Amino acid sequence: MKEYNKLIFEISREGRVGYSLPQIDVAERNLEEFIPKEFLRDKSPELPEVSEGDVVRHFTLLSNKNYGVDNGFYPLGSCTMKYNPKINEDMAALTEFTNLHPYQSEDTVQGALELMYDLSGKLAEISGMKAVTLQPAAGAHGEMTGLMIIKKYHEKRGDFKRKKIIVPDSAHGTNPASAAVVGFEIIEIKSTKDGAVDLENLKAVLDDEVAGLMLTNPSTLGLFEKNIKEIADLVHEAGGLLYYDGANMNAIMGIARPGDMGFDVVHLNLHKTFSTPHGGGGPGSGPVGVREDLVDFLPVPVIEKNGERYILNYNKPDSIGKIKSFYGNFGVMIKAYAYILSMGAEGLKKASEIAVLNANYLMKNLKEHYNLPINEICKHEFVLGGLGKEVNEVTTLDIAKRLLDYGYHPPTIYFPLIVDSAIMVEPTETESKETLDGFIDAMIKISVEAKEKPEILKGAPYNTPVRRLDEVKAARNPILKWSKE
Amino acid sequence: MYPYIPNTQDDERELLSNIGIDSIENLFEDIPESIKLNRRLNLNRPMSEIEVKNHIENLARKNKSTDELICFLGAGAYDHYIPSVIKHITSRAEFYTAYTPYQPEISQGTLQVIFEYQSMICSLTGMDVSNASMYDGATATAEAAFMACDNTRRNSIVVSKTVHPEIRRTLKTYLYFRGIEYVEVEDNDGVTDIEKLKAVVSNKTAGVIVQSPNFFGIIEDVTEIEKCVHENKGMLIMNVDPVSLALLKSPAEQGADIAVGEGQGLGSSLNYGGPYLGFMATTSKLMRKLPGRIVGQTEDVDGKRAFVLTLQAREQHIRRQKATSNICSNQAINALTAAIYLTTMGKKGLREVAVQSTQKAHYALNKLNNTGIYKPLFNKPFFKEFAVKCNSEIEKINQELLKNNIIGGYDLGKDYPDYTNSMLLCVTEKRTKNEIDTLVALMEGIR
Repeated sequence: MKEYNKLIFEISREGRVGYSLPQIDVAERNLEEFIPKEFLRDKSPELPEVSEGDVVRHFTLLSNKNYGVDNGFYPLGSCTMKYNPKINEDMAALTEFTNLHPYQSEDTVQGALELMYDLSGKLAEISGMKAVTLQPAAGAHGEMTGLMIIKKYHEKRGDFKRKKIIVPDSAHGTNPASAAVVGFEIIEIKSTKDGAVDLENLKAVLDDEVAGLMLTNPSTLGLFEKNIKEIADLVHEAGGLLYYDGANMNAIMGIARPGDMGFDVVHLNLHKTFSTPHGGGGPGSGPVGVREDLVDFLPVPVIEKNGERYILNYNKPDSIGKIKSFYGNFGVMIKAYAYILSMGAEGLKKASEIAVLNANYLMKNLKEHYNLPINEICKHEFVLGGLGKEVNEVTTLDIAKRLLDYGYHPPTIYFPLIVDSAIMVEPTETESKETLDGFIDAMIKISVEAKEKPEILKGAPYNTPVRRLDEVKAARNPILKWSKE
Repeated sequence: MYPYIPNTQDDERELLSNIGIDSIENLFEDIPESIKLNRRLNLNRPMSEIEVKNHIENLARKNKSTDELICFLGAGAYDHYIPSVIKHITSRAEFYTAYTPYQPEISQGTLQVIFEYQSMICSLTGMDVSNASMYDGATATAEAAFMACDNTRRNSIVVSKTVHPEIRRTLKTYLYFRGIEYVEVEDNDGVTDIEKLKAVVSNKTAGVIVQSPNFFGIIEDVTEIEKCVHENKGMLIMNVDPVSLALLKSPAEQGADIAVGEGQGLGSSLNYGGPYLGFMATTSKLMRKLPGRIVGQTEDVDGKRAFVLTLQAREQHIRRQKATSNICSNQAINALTAAIYLTTMGKKGLREVAVQSTQKAHYALNKLNNTGIYKPLFNKPFFKEFAVKCNSEIEKINQELLKNNIIGGYDLGKDYPDYTNSMLLCVTEKRTKNEIDTLVALMEGIR
């Protein structure tokens, strides 16, 4: 196919239009009669002038340069790139949902409220929490919301000295960043060599200034935190709360619940575990669940059922307040709701079982060809340590770029930070044995190429719309918008 | 059997034997028995596609959408026309099933779209740099406040009471937990009270937040505000309606340091409040303080133009607690939507939307005024929204209107005790003269 390299601004022609609007049917007045001239812009903003056909062709051609889950295998660790069911999209596109104004009277949005009420109940059951708010727009937004609840909980008890949040060095970057947003001081603790919480290190930092500990379980190394009960007890004895980063929930649905492990506040990622698409970066949705004595701190409004009627309740004096406009990413919630209905209790458990099975299968068949720092049964993902520097200086980045030539989206690389040259693989349950075998073959081929023809890897990729980019140039001399020459 | 799980029982057995274990349960032996659920989740049984569809469509039918009802409600979420092309492009799976473009070689579609989106946001706002999107207008405003504090090393934010209540409440939460002072300035006849503002802005003020057109739809004159903020070496943060920028002076022309706003009106559905689009743009000077993703232009090894996520040293996955923000997932599909919308409407179309909205809104106010029952609450220049003083309770009026399939305006008394029995109405280009006349006739009939 012919290459397409135009910016929309470069195909713009003066006078061309892509829209049609009805003739204005009220008597038009001179604008300056009601908007003083000094408020008006001298020059219309520079926007493209193209036909409707141009619009469609331009963006279609751009989409051809993209790679999504629908294009192929996407074993991106910690991101849970599972298949995004199409019925979910159809349900979210129903006009009785898409064309609802957020301030319409409650009488006219009972279906929307019921869906949200029902969904939050289902998520509470899955996570083992008392109540769930659907408002956070993404995982990091959920973390922020959860940490606000933790802060408020301590303040409500009259305890204002708890200014520290403990975060393991294996944590997602959003954990410490979210704690900083909420005004906490971050205490990073070193993990054990297998990525678990080091109990001695934890004990050493626990005191009456600690507000809580943030943890994901399974850990970012894909291993279940076996000492979780003991960790929870330690944190609780010190007066702190335990926060669950739900990024890795796809490993344990229907098998174990954060609430039963002793977590007090939990966020879930609907765009990971519950099959809603990632959209090239969003929108996501990051509902937050809490244990019983934290329910009053949830953000407003709270959706409640009053007899047969669903209402938005703003009258919650202990609430942390509002964390965004309106009620959350409703469109995303519908998709997750459709997914939970489709899978049911049995299906969700099955999803976790097969996600874990697939991950162990990949690990088993790759560990002879790549470094595997921790060789034990993993959960939904595992972390390889590259090929090792002894193999012709081939880096993890080279391996990732070569995978592009073989038609795969590479795994997450150089994360978690505690594994050198990390390659974090998460296959999910929606991939078949054949797909996994194909990926194993490609990875083995690459490990052979690394030994025999390393220059191939260093020059990869070759078969992609563009090849390796000059990222230093982009950052040093930033060009962040198109400008007329 | 599950359509989303391809492995058969035979496959499962093969995988297990390859791994060298007997059963799936063995894979979960590392989870202590005491915390295992050991019961069925109390959820529905798996449902077929037909059952799911029936169940959710039943819920949908309990709603009354703006297809059935004529919408004169705005207040931060707008019933602008959405061209058909948008859903056809945003439903391309190459876009919506992709992850954040961490692998630029196979993500040039998303990356170029964001680059074009950033260019168009800069063009509308007049600012130098835009990021790739924020959750919504409210959180973008809160992030702008953080940026101002970070940049000035000050700890106090002044916000006008004419800023959307929903934004102010969100801002208040964000600032409270971060330990930043929140100072509110009263309005005077529907616009920011400049004397009161001057009284609270000092050399401790990190930034001042104003909205224009403000919550009441009024175009704020920021000349004095800008002077006051900058004399005190603070940052001017302007929250703007992107559609209005086809006509109105850009934030840059008015001296804003950071421009933010709700971009839902640029092609995103009302969606009962989300997903929406927070946009955020600033000056070159503040470029490295921006939160979130930013796409830059560069070249590949063959010298071909290409796009990539850049200035990542600001972001959480690199800087962790020292990042400018914790944001990771944003609203990429809504940014794509805005890019397609602005491309489709183009230079002329966006202006036409703005002109028709403001013309029709003025026609509507005039008509209401002529009834002698409804009076403009303020006498100030406005864009597409305006407040009217009514003789009866807003809820009562709205109930009457709803009986006639009309969604009336926003009850201002809920947030502004001084403005009880006042209603904020919105008229977009979608409303017809006939619909406006019906609204007025019905309102005239309510005594």
